Amino acid sequence: MQAIQHFISAFWPEPLRLILFLVGILSFVGLNAAYLVWVERKGAARFQRRPGPTEVGYAGLLQPIADAAKLMSKQLIVPAGADTTLFRLAPLLMMSPALMSLAVIPWSRNLAACNLNVGLLMIFAFGSINVMAIMLGGWSSRNKYAIISAARVVSQNVAYEIPMLLVVITMIMVTGTMNLAEIVQHQAGPIWKWYFFRWDLNPLAPVTCLIFYTCMLAETNRAPFDMAEAESELVAGAYTEYSGMGFGVFFMAEYANILLGCALATVLFLGGWQSPIGNLLGSSQSVFGVLLGIFWFFVKMYFLVFSVVWIRWTFPRTQFYGLLNLSWKILIPVSLITLILSSAMIKLFHP
Amino acid sequence: MKNSLKEIATGFNSLITGMRITIGQFFKPTVTVQYPHESLKMPERFRGHIELVRDPETGKAVCFACKLCERACPSDCITVEGAKLEGAKKRSVTHYVLDFTKCSLCGSCVEACRDGAIRYSHEYNLASTKKEDYIMDLFKRLEDERLAAEAAGQSFPPAAPVVAQASPSASSAGVSPGVPAHTPPKPLATEAPKVAQPNPEPSKPEVK
Repeated sequence: MQAIQHFISAFWPEPLRLILFLVGILSFVGLNAAYLVWVERKGAARFQRRPGPTEVGYAGLLQPIADAAKLMSKQLIVPAGADTTLFRLAPLLMMSPALMSLAVIPWSRNLAACNLNVGLLMIFAFGSINVMAIMLGGWSSRNKYAIISAARVVSQNVAYEIPMLLVVITMIMVTGTMNLAEIVQHQAGPIWKWYFFRWDLNPLAPVTCLIFYTCMLAETNRAPFDMAEAESELVAGAYTEYSGMGFGVFFMAEYANILLGCALATVLFLGGWQSPIGNLLGSSQSVFGVLLGIFWFFVKMYFLVFSVVWIRWTFPRTQFYGLLNLSWKILIPVSLITLILSSAMIKLFHP
Repeated sequence: MKNSLKEIATGFNSLITGMRITIGQFFKPTVTVQYPHESLKMPERFRGHIELVRDPETGKAVCFACKLCERACPSDCITVEGAKLEGAKKRSVTHYVLDFTKCSLCGSCVEACRDGAIRYSHEYNLASTKKEDYIMDLFKRLEDERLAAEAAGQSFPPAAPVVAQASPSASSAGVSPGVPAHTPPKPLATEAPKVAQPNPEPSKPEVK
């Protein structure tokens, strides 16, 4: 690994390395966003005991490409009286934070596009732009359903940002760093070193993980918290007036955000690239070790992504006051309790 | 406090139960029938349009054109003609047309038939853009099937119909399609051209 790094640093100057990582991240996100739609449709079908898409390609594998071709061939309509600039800007504002945030995710040892010291902070700083993007999209399309939906999204995301950030503050206290790669390093070793199982640092660790996961669902506007696009009530929510690829980008951004949320949950609670069975197959410093790290990271991340689909096709949409009740009456108090408990534990036992 | 904790616990429990049920469904086989590629087999008592019943011995229609069905039909959609062929004891049907555009699938014809010569078919993929497709020449269909089966070397179509009130000999005779029947092919081969074209000789039909 060292030799490869020397080789890379000697022959590939920094800009080239950056471009390579950027292209990698962009293609990874694009591929995932497209194929998570396929996973979603196949998963939905299986949960309802249907086969799902089967016609386009083997097992419908070319379905996302066909969908994209269809969306791109559609006309981009800007409604009359809409704020054209903001209307066009909103999908990009939705997509770009997810892309930027994925740059700091460590996919394996020494494999992050940008190993920021304040990675966690950066993700949450950019994460809040999503809300504004939906707000702008809903407002600028000059449609009452879209505006109602956008208002709902804002109140929902504000409500769920609080427990999420409380959980993240707890995790920062527990780990003592905001660098995601270091957070994963701290979880090296057997499975009980993962922060999901660190009772000694955070007595409510699994609950913390659950709160993070729930908030992630709410922040990405996924079922059962999909107030943003409550089809039966608000046509297509904030995206009502979007056609063609404008809608497609919103759609892709939803999956990119899910990917980001699941990757973050993996890093914070499930040990990132660390193997759950220990390093049975030799040193993790080798190229093989790095590949193995990617493998474990993807297993954990895609399990979480699958559970997102699983949850979507299990639970009906919550009512709006139920959603806010859950946040203000349960998640925020519980996350405050975890914050206090873990700070006490750290002060008393791990000074 | 206690109540709300209990509420959280039961709520969480119900969420877990729901997820357990859906994941159970996830791993069960799918139940979809990919319709254009495959279709369901209709149950035995499905009441589709009518079709003529084949005599498993001769391979020809059981019907002898008594015209009871024609008279029983309230929509006037059945046309039957029969003729007495040379050397035959009974009359036999030479023309049987069902106008499915008028048929209401009431089943009076099948009820009226005393010899079990017509029955409900199990066919239901009948969509068409042409009206002519619903004027069904059931006799011609039966004969074509028989000729095709003969050409393929079988005595009569493999799916030998089960006659409701079977003639006593039908049960004893070896009607399994694999057995190359000795007797049926010959008379069939000679008679086929005559029977297949009822129109050239319209003088034959005796109207009751």
